[in-house]
Amino acid sequence: MSELLEGRTIKHSTLPTTTHVHAAEAVEPRRLHTEEMVLNMGPQHPSTHGVLRLEVVLDGEIVVDVIPHIGYLHRCFEKHAEMLTYPQIIPYVDRMDYIAAMSGEHGYVTAVERMMNIEVPEKVEYIRVLFAELQRIASHLIAIGTYGLDAGAFTPFLYCFRDREDILEMFEKTCGARFLYNYMWVGGLSHDLHPDVLSMCRTFILKSRKTHKEINDLLTMNHIFVERTGGVGVLDAQVAVNAGASGPMLRACGVKWDIRKNDPYSIYDRFDFDVAIGSNNIGQLGDAFNRHWVRMQEWEQSLNIIEQILEQYPAQDTTSVQSAIPKRLKPPAGEIYSRTETPRGELGYYIVSKDNVKPWRVKVRSPAFSNLSLLPLISRGYLVADLVVILGSIDIVLGEVDR
Amino acid sequence: MTQQQIVEQLRATFPDKLGTWIEMTNGSEYQRRIGSYLEIASPEIVKELCLYLRDAKELAFNSLLLISTLDNGDGSLSVVYHIESTTHAHRLALKVTLNSDHAIVPSVTGVWAHANWQEREAWDMMGIRFAGHPDHRRILLDEDYPGHPLRKDFKEPDFYHGMKVPN
Repeated sequence: MSELLEGRTIKHSTLPTTTHVHAAEAVEPRRLHTEEMVLNMGPQHPSTHGVLRLEVVLDGEIVVDVIPHIGYLHRCFEKHAEMLTYPQIIPYVDRMDYIAAMSGEHGYVTAVERMMNIEVPEKVEYIRVLFAELQRIASHLIAIGTYGLDAGAFTPFLYCFRDREDILEMFEKTCGARFLYNYMWVGGLSHDLHPDVLSMCRTFILKSRKTHKEINDLLTMNHIFVERTGGVGVLDAQVAVNAGASGPMLRACGVKWDIRKNDPYSIYDRFDFDVAIGSNNIGQLGDAFNRHWVRMQEWEQSLNIIEQILEQYPAQDTTSVQSAIPKRLKPPAGEIYSRTETPRGELGYYIVSKDNVKPWRVKVRSPAFSNLSLLPLISRGYLVADLVVILGSIDIVLGEVDR
Repeated sequence: MTQQQIVEQLRATFPDKLGTWIEMTNGSEYQRRIGSYLEIASPEIVKELCLYLRDAKELAFNSLLLISTLDNGDGSLSVVYHIESTTHAHRLALKVTLNSDHAIVPSVTGVWAHANWQEREAWDMMGIRFAGHPDHRRILLDEDYPGHPLRKDFKEPDFYHGMKVPN
């Protein structure tokens, strides 16, 4: 637990929790007649963070059931991938999780490198981890900012986007693109790190630590925000594991599970960082507040990792970042399931190769897809207004849900 | 437990029901761990087997990572289950191969809730039926979409709802 929280415990109000309270019970003393109503939220709705339609069954204001309808952004990435060569797939990977494209690329190139047994130069690994962690912060900034919007706080959103701009600028300087990079290639990178980026990183860390504190003061410790999100959308740890939750959603339930620690890839075993988990200090273990709180802590941890990268980065190393890129990408016949930790959770690639330049099959385990499937489970019994807060706390990207 | 030990234990519990253990031949120990899988000869035991994998104390496969499907291109389809135990930190891949004309396999939704959407996607994209699934609908495509796009013999329709499909 960070110093900020030490000695402070805010409990959400002592009102009875809305879980499993049926409208019928609430209005029973007044002998009012209630019946169920179906309401559509989306596909164009500001709080659904993209094109998602929720079919909500309501009893009064209480959610009886939610049926998510997805597929509005479906492009059949997996069919495309079968028609493309391995390097050609990378731009398509960008367009899945467009909020954290760098993390998606990292997962894909790691999978193909593991298939082909490619050793990547140390310098490349450092740049990759640096960018993946910067991307994690950028993605969490969006998640935190828009989550504030969902809960009715407008100001933190602006601060988040201001800081995210610095990260995008670093990416732009290095590879020319702001959102969809095609930067990480199998065996290397498209460009070497821009010489300015390291110093920009140092300034960014100082600035970001300050923003982190500001957001905590403005949003995390805001009594209205805590009341709004604490004890809402509670998910039990065992259910979470069984239902395939991953990333902040799983860690908010108190499960210490992070692919960077539990199944290390790249050079994550060289860095010292904590796996942030939820707690009972504010709100309730596994609720919407803790999902936000885990993201806040991960932001801090990512800054720690970046700091360590800056210390260890082999600046004198003049190896070309493209030196390990194979002339011909043709993995041996076989199949592999490789996974990485993106800001949203466990991103897995199941790739089947039949000794060809094109993959036989690429299947993606999308963390946003799996996390979204838990929505009906955690929103039954809450109010419609809570549903918006619960959905925001999952932090979905529809590009990745629908692929 | 190593994957070999797990497979041995499974063979002792389900004699004659399991197929061969396909091991990745090239690469490091880690690559073999994420690239090897166990074939299941009789599809009808899938649910029973998964329940055993989840509930046996020394195995405790409490997490389903992914249900993936595969068109082998020879008239057969495969379903691949990647499972993991977060308590014992071991994982395993299971593969069931089915005839594409009669692709049906027991649903494991009752074992891992995660299977619900994964199996719906498998039905949507590859046309594999899951017996006993509580909500057996398509998930990404429309309910009336013709065919299952990830099959290798899938032909895109020229017209869909009276609209020309662009090439």
